[in-house]
Amino acid sequence: MPKVTMTVNGMAVSGEVEGRTLLSDFLRDDLGLTGTHVGCDTSQCGACVVHLDGAPVKACSVFALDAEGAKVTTIEGMANPDGSLGVIQKAFQDHHGLQCGFCTPGMVMSAAALLKENRKPTEAEIRAYLDGNICRCTGYHNIVKAVLAASGQDVSRIAAE
Amino acid sequence: MPKDHGIGAPMTRREDVRFLMGRGTYTDDVNVQGQAHAVFLRSQVAHGRIGKIDTRAAAKMPGVLAIFTGEDFKDVGGNPAGWFIGSRDGTPMREPKRPVLAHGKVRHVGDAYAAVVAETYAQARDAAEAIVADIRELPAVVDMAEAVRNPKNRVHDELPDNVCFDWGWIEDNRAKVDAAIRAAPHVTTLHLVNNRLIPNAMEPRASIGEYNPGTGDYRLTTTSQNPHLTRLLVAAFVLGIPEHKLTVVAPDVGGGFGSKIYHYGEEALVLAAARRLGRPVKWTAERSESFLADAHGRDHVTKIELACEKDGTFIAIRTETLANVGAYLSNFSTVTPTFLHGTLMAGNYRVPNVYVNVKTVFTNTAPVDAYRGAGRPEATFSIERVIDVAARELGIDPIEIRRRNFITPDMFPYTTPVGLQYDTGNYGATMDRLVEIADIAGFEQRRAESARKGLLRGLGVNCYIEACGIAPSNLVGALGARVGLYDAATVRVNATGNLSIMTGAHSHGQGHETAFAQVVAERLGIPESSIEIVHGDTSKIPFGMGSYGSRSLAVCGSAIVRATDKIIAKAKKIAAHMMEAAPEDVEFRDGKFSVVGTDKSVDWGAVCLKAYVPHNFPHESLEPGLEETAFYDPANFTYPAGAYACEVEVDPGTGKVTIASFAAADDFGNIVNPLIVEGQVHGGLAQGIGQALTEGAVYDSSGQLLTASYMDYAMPRADDLPFFRVDHSCRTPCTHNPLGVKGCGEAGAIGSPPAVVNAVIDALHRGGYTHVRHIDMPLSPVRVWSAMQR
Repeated sequence: MPKVTMTVNGMAVSGEVEGRTLLSDFLRDDLGLTGTHVGCDTSQCGACVVHLDGAPVKACSVFALDAEGAKVTTIEGMANPDGSLGVIQKAFQDHHGLQCGFCTPGMVMSAAALLKENRKPTEAEIRAYLDGNICRCTGYHNIVKAVLAASGQDVSRIAAE
Repeated sequence: MPKDHGIGAPMTRREDVRFLMGRGTYTDDVNVQGQAHAVFLRSQVAHGRIGKIDTRAAAKMPGVLAIFTGEDFKDVGGNPAGWFIGSRDGTPMREPKRPVLAHGKVRHVGDAYAAVVAETYAQARDAAEAIVADIRELPAVVDMAEAVRNPKNRVHDELPDNVCFDWGWIEDNRAKVDAAIRAAPHVTTLHLVNNRLIPNAMEPRASIGEYNPGTGDYRLTTTSQNPHLTRLLVAAFVLGIPEHKLTVVAPDVGGGFGSKIYHYGEEALVLAAARRLGRPVKWTAERSESFLADAHGRDHVTKIELACEKDGTFIAIRTETLANVGAYLSNFSTVTPTFLHGTLMAGNYRVPNVYVNVKTVFTNTAPVDAYRGAGRPEATFSIERVIDVAARELGIDPIEIRRRNFITPDMFPYTTPVGLQYDTGNYGATMDRLVEIADIAGFEQRRAESARKGLLRGLGVNCYIEACGIAPSNLVGALGARVGLYDAATVRVNATGNLSIMTGAHSHGQGHETAFAQVVAERLGIPESSIEIVHGDTSKIPFGMGSYGSRSLAVCGSAIVRATDKIIAKAKKIAAHMMEAAPEDVEFRDGKFSVVGTDKSVDWGAVCLKAYVPHNFPHESLEPGLEETAFYDPANFTYPAGAYACEVEVDPGTGKVTIASFAAADDFGNIVNPLIVEGQVHGGLAQGIGQALTEGAVYDSSGQLLTASYMDYAMPRADDLPFFRVDHSCRTPCTHNPLGVKGCGEAGAIGSPPAVVNAVIDALHRGGYTHVRHIDMPLSPVRVWSAMQR
């Protein structure tokens, strides 16, 4: 089997994979990084979003071999260096932006990608950007609120307080 | 300032840290040394007779360890229905066997008829594709009315037709209701479809079976909302494993919404395969399998009649419903369209005469069972839609007609004509709250603004009531339940004063680890950080029934309170011994035991330590240790209720509906954690709005599921929904459980669909489309636009 080498969360890793092995499977099964979740087999739920060379991708739609030499960041790489929750992660906790937690890694990774390209997104921009991430628990209310809060915007006036 | 801990505090959730770090442990994250992988072969036709299944080529493929077919399980038990429901004529319901793997016939697309176990998932999948099955397609029974009309095509050959039962509730009321409707000055009749839904928890189902040949012990790690119920079903009913030789573990579970209550054949297969192979066997569903083979929800076709006086006073309600149970009876499939539906048909109202008839029908579709709300959304939708139409016909404001008929606070406890006794409520107060938070007074101005944009704005209002806190065993036993629905908790106090609470509830998103700790912390006057909530493992927790039916806090939480109170009683005895006082003179407050009328006291920690260092205990009268278990069986259901308002904008050019605002005023009784409660309501609203606007499982006439992926089944996305306005300040505490709580998990999904549909119909009427009386859900642009065309 061919060998693939990449950098995941700052660590150089390599493994032998089949040509059909998906990046999501390589992360989960070969590297044991099970924070990246697979919620569908049609690249639509967004639970598996990771950053590939800085850009958000659905890891179930990338072959592991296509990530040769790439820099990959997963949810396990999002905490602060001291191990505490990063700003976006903390905002999700503070605003109850997760329930069962299954879509959460993908949500956080998509939110991080959004905030990198748009530091102060509006509610509508957040909702549009997260269109590719399905959550069945939260009704998105608290997710959108968490992303607004993570971008430093005042969420105290949003309904349901 | 809100409290910062204990009951009522909006504490952030402790479980979030692991989920946000990617350190949750969902079943598919678990890998057991030496595990093999199972892949299922599923029927591609809705109905067919299974001939020869040729596995020879597959068996020789690399890595293949075993192949199973229905033949391997023909002598083990079936997966049973949990409730017995009799027909009106006294005949018992029909219960065809639901096998581990289809045997003889396949009965729906996705029905598993074989399984391959191999060293790797890819090898199992490759081999599955090499199996050749001779399946002779039979005419599919898909449409319920046709299934009833034409019993020639039968889902189950051994049954005389496709009806499971024909249930009347309450049969003795029937003649009186018929007479009341005949004599009524006004009758509104409505034909409704409660659309079939697919639960779609984001984590697909998964199971790992293990067998230890040395001890004969089995272990099942699985995506379950109720590990003990799963253990009972798979061990005692299906495989015949002694219960004490099987441990069921449901670790972190990524949502359930009902679909993970039930035992499924895949769980039995991985256990049987593990036993045969002597090694662990793992299966994880692909999303396609979830669509095809998870239990679906709703799927009712209903005729409802509401008889009223000219002033809108309700006289009678009569319904006739066809409810789809799919190809096999799933565990709660018989109770959902009956006792969880018919008993709510009086709603929040004084309706002296109510009669409900439900025929459940077998079809060649996936099994249908309880999905968030389970029967109560169907009842609410029927009642609240017909009230809206009646109000329009009678020229009465839709809020006013509801107010005129509310059961008033002085009438509780109130016995309905459909068998429930509501203990408490204040429907007028929740409506008042709704009118305020929804700013109903400002609607006209908002409508004018929408009109300037060329959009039709409408306002829809409705109420709901649900029976939850499932369930009083005495009552449900009398109604046909084959299980009790109590729950249990064990409180173990450690020598250093911290606690492990073992609960029968299962958290798959509800935040029990946080909220239950708040309950105990309040009771004991100690910090939440000293309390661990243990759930989901039958080898650790007492026998409990899991989480569904908004029962976790009301039933399992009550068991925790009872066990904690036993702890306090025992600790008082220890404290009394330490202080040389009589136990009845010892008072416990804020984590401190003191002798009434003296300055003597010992703190919580000292008593806990003493319990485990009992050097001078009188052992005949005082046992060492501090651990107590309580079983709690509720005296009644709980009755959360509320009033919801939705505003929509309809684009008259396309029929597209946009939710402009949604407000929910709920009465959940007492609240332990408002942050979690609001989150539960938001999620329920999204599912209800999804049902009303976007979601719907569609089978074609040959029984193919057309909506079998996220491309085709329209889950609500972030940009389909607004920020919600939710309020739970109207509180009439439950009168019969120790916390006064009612449960909040299902309310949003129960109460929201009629508000959306009422709003759309209102928008169309205000826009001049007065010929539109009703549109079936989901209100997709094409349906709305088509209805607008005269």
